[in-house]
Amino acid sequence: MATSASSRINDFTLKIATVNGTGSASANTLLMKSIFRSGVPVMGKNFFPSNIQGLPTWYEIRVSREGHLARSGSVELMVALNPETYARDVRELAPGGYLVYDSTWPRPVLLSRADVTVLGVPLARMCNENFNGVRTRILMKNICYAGVLAALLNLDPARMRGLLEETYAKKPQLIESNMKALQLGFDYAREHFPCPLPLAIEPMDRTAGHIMIDGNTAAALGCVFAGATVAAWYPITPSTSLMDAFKGFCERLRVDPQSGRKRFAFIQAEDELAAIGMVLGASWNGARAFTATSGPGISLMNEFLGLAYYAEVPAVVFDVQRVGPSTGMPTRTQQGDLMACAYASHGDTRHVCLYPADPAECFTMAAEAFDLAERLQTPVLVLSDLDIGMNDWMCPEFHWDDAYRPDRGKVLSREQIEKLDKFHRYLDPDGDGIPWRTLPGVHPKGAYFTRGSGHTQFGAYTEDAHDYQVVLDRLMKKWQTAKTRVPRALIESAGRQIGIVSVGSTDSAVREALALLAAEGVAADYMRVRAFPFGEEVERFLAEHALVFVLEQNRDAQLRSLLTLETAVEKAKLRSLLHYSGLPVSSRFIVEGVLAELRGRSSAAQPNAVGA
Amino acid sequence: MTFIAKPKVTHPSLPQNALGLTRRAYEGALSTLCAGCGHDSITAAIVEACWRLSLEPQNLVKLSGIGCSSKTTAYFVSGAHGFNAVHGRMPSIATGANAANRRLTYLGVSGDGDTLSIGLGQFCHAVRRNLDMLYLIENNGVYGLTKGQFSASADVGTRAKKGETNLQPPIDPVLLALDLGATFVARGFSGDKRQLVPLIEAGLKHRGFALIDVLSPCVTFNDHEGSTKSYAYTREHYEPAVFADFVPREAPILVDYAPGEAREVALHDGSRIVLRKTGSDYDPTDRAAAGAAVQSRMSCGEYLTGLIYLDPSEARAEFHQVNATPDEPLNALPYEQLSPGSQGLRKILSRYR
Repeated sequence: MATSASSRINDFTLKIATVNGTGSASANTLLMKSIFRSGVPVMGKNFFPSNIQGLPTWYEIRVSREGHLARSGSVELMVALNPETYARDVRELAPGGYLVYDSTWPRPVLLSRADVTVLGVPLARMCNENFNGVRTRILMKNICYAGVLAALLNLDPARMRGLLEETYAKKPQLIESNMKALQLGFDYAREHFPCPLPLAIEPMDRTAGHIMIDGNTAAALGCVFAGATVAAWYPITPSTSLMDAFKGFCERLRVDPQSGRKRFAFIQAEDELAAIGMVLGASWNGARAFTATSGPGISLMNEFLGLAYYAEVPAVVFDVQRVGPSTGMPTRTQQGDLMACAYASHGDTRHVCLYPADPAECFTMAAEAFDLAERLQTPVLVLSDLDIGMNDWMCPEFHWDDAYRPDRGKVLSREQIEKLDKFHRYLDPDGDGIPWRTLPGVHPKGAYFTRGSGHTQFGAYTEDAHDYQVVLDRLMKKWQTAKTRVPRALIESAGRQIGIVSVGSTDSAVREALALLAAEGVAADYMRVRAFPFGEEVERFLAEHALVFVLEQNRDAQLRSLLTLETAVEKAKLRSLLHYSGLPVSSRFIVEGVLAELRGRSSAAQPNAVGA
Repeated sequence: MTFIAKPKVTHPSLPQNALGLTRRAYEGALSTLCAGCGHDSITAAIVEACWRLSLEPQNLVKLSGIGCSSKTTAYFVSGAHGFNAVHGRMPSIATGANAANRRLTYLGVSGDGDTLSIGLGQFCHAVRRNLDMLYLIENNGVYGLTKGQFSASADVGTRAKKGETNLQPPIDPVLLALDLGATFVARGFSGDKRQLVPLIEAGLKHRGFALIDVLSPCVTFNDHEGSTKSYAYTREHYEPAVFADFVPREAPILVDYAPGEAREVALHDGSRIVLRKTGSDYDPTDRAAAGAAVQSRMSCGEYLTGLIYLDPSEARAEFHQVNATPDEPLNALPYEQLSPGSQGLRKILSRYR
């Protein structure tokens, strides 16, 4: 199966436009998983509305024999099943592409394009003739288009049947009806179109050792393995599935079969203020506790985050970022909370933030977050986003080291307290800025008063200028320690002049863009920051490059702002590439942004042409 | 205003409780409240109740929000951990702390502003969850630290120190708690320690959410003529509905109650509350009647006090029963019981291949 570079075999994007609430998600998952099981690298992204039923929804599947898992920026095969978005869906199709539509009803002539191949399939008519009941007919239409695509793309129907058998293991009656719908579409396509299309799937072996999982599930799994026992939250898109997954795993893994007792507490709070309060109360009392939220929840949690910073209470917060400001677009993705999390709350506050790039890092960073929070006695915010959190990503299979034991940090035992003459909460006996703490119920000599009001290093209330500053300065020393403990930035450097910096979910788009740019003769080094505060390696990368592109998914260049605030980098050499539409960035956007800037520089030598 | 350590004065003849501790062991830092503040009397009642119960100091957890009342947790049981949360958010800290370790005794001290204005939501939800804690409101109808604004518990017609009259109806925590299904609801008066101490003892021992609303006059901003939360007004207008005595588990059964005059209610740990009639036919185990009695007194400008309502069966599931958590505190579960390990991970991930 030799494929030339120009061939579209295992290298195209397929997009399905439907109406939400019609059950298309299972058909789309079936398609993606079939491709994955064919050994071909695949990406699936769901662009869905903040609505229960009736609004437009899209599912984009990118097939990439090279293993690129970001959006390419073009669509070669469009399945346009939503009349409301038909016009723009047809417009989005790349020249030479293929359009599948439901030919049960006449196609609006005005929307046709001469440069694409139009494939009409009477999906509704076939399903109406073969199935009974309105809901069933609607649901089967989805499986029917999956059958059409199976024929067009050369997917193995037996493999798809296997997937249906797994999905409906508990409802076997659904397997036959689904297979019937699949076969209807498959046969129709085989009969009426030249199958397979030039863009099709040929089995490879590039997905072995990989899984398809979403970041929220992965983060929840990380919390289980970290030994978290208290989960408090208030429902908010797109973080809800993280908590649902945690509860699901715990109910499978942590319920005593005899007594029915649960080795976890799962608390649906009255709001995000209470959710973070519960996390602080539980962490203060020695349990590993966490919450998951999104931007609006972070805004509400600010006051408590400040208390946790100042009173030095561990906490783990997952912020699955969505589009702001305000309510924004709850079902679209963005990296808009970087500043809000780094400096959440009034006064001099700063927080440790971790930035996972994919579900694999959601899993590992979840456990790291608890270790850091307890070691540093401070909140740790894990900034995922909707793209990572809610889409299925192809990742190397997760591994767990059975030698792992939670780092509970500096907690005095009963015996240690007994030996003390007197316990003082906020001293720095080890010189790393991290004090020792005690837990309630252990020893009366370990008792202290936790407060957000001014306190001395001995834990007492104060309004004394000097005593207040001693504690504030020691907190800054702890921050320096944090720099040496957080995950390092990932750097791929070959001493080039140009550097690209990214954060989080844009990683795969940048990696593809680097390859595309190299093909254009533009070589660049790459750094992906993985934590705040920035380590010295970040400082060095910025210093070593003459021109640094900072790619991020927000309007205000928040990562660039953090870099200029927290490092010595010269502001002018940081050029922003800002993508804030709410959709995940494509590699094409990055390539075009970089080339435009470089062209602008060579022709007009304009500084600050991009970004600012 | 700084932290002032209270000198520990001990004397060999001071009475000791079952742990061999004197009352001194249950005191805290020196109060920085105004001289004569009702809150200091409540602090003294808490010290007395904890001493009488022979609580291990480290097994008490003191929680509070922001305000004069919330400062008082520093003034008793210095051997207990304290958590001074942000304004109005103490219940969520208490919920998390309780979730982590169900074996400790949780005492929240809050004020009328902290509970009924900024903290109204969290208060209501702690009641709903039947969180196992004693929630004590030091209620003076006024914001002290910000110098005399009305709080949400100020009665209609009450006058502020500067002369303004309150026209908005009060939120009554007792009625609210009754309505939300609280299993122990009481009202006390800081000036009546004999009534208050057994209420605190019973509230600390009650399994589930116990509320004691304590009328606690503010000597600086709300103790003048025309105020319905002054010492003078409260003394004249508080009416005990029932006398409640707390009898610890180990104490012998008392026989000095006349038949028909007293009723015993057993708590889950074997201790008892003895309810003595005051002359009226008040039944503190009837939620609807309790609410009606409170309201009827309130319409006459009077405060019904004492143990207003008690769920005699302690039947409603408290937070940990609802969540089916183990008897062992969650914060003490060994890691091996929490992580499925690498084998478990491989099994879990088989669904994602």
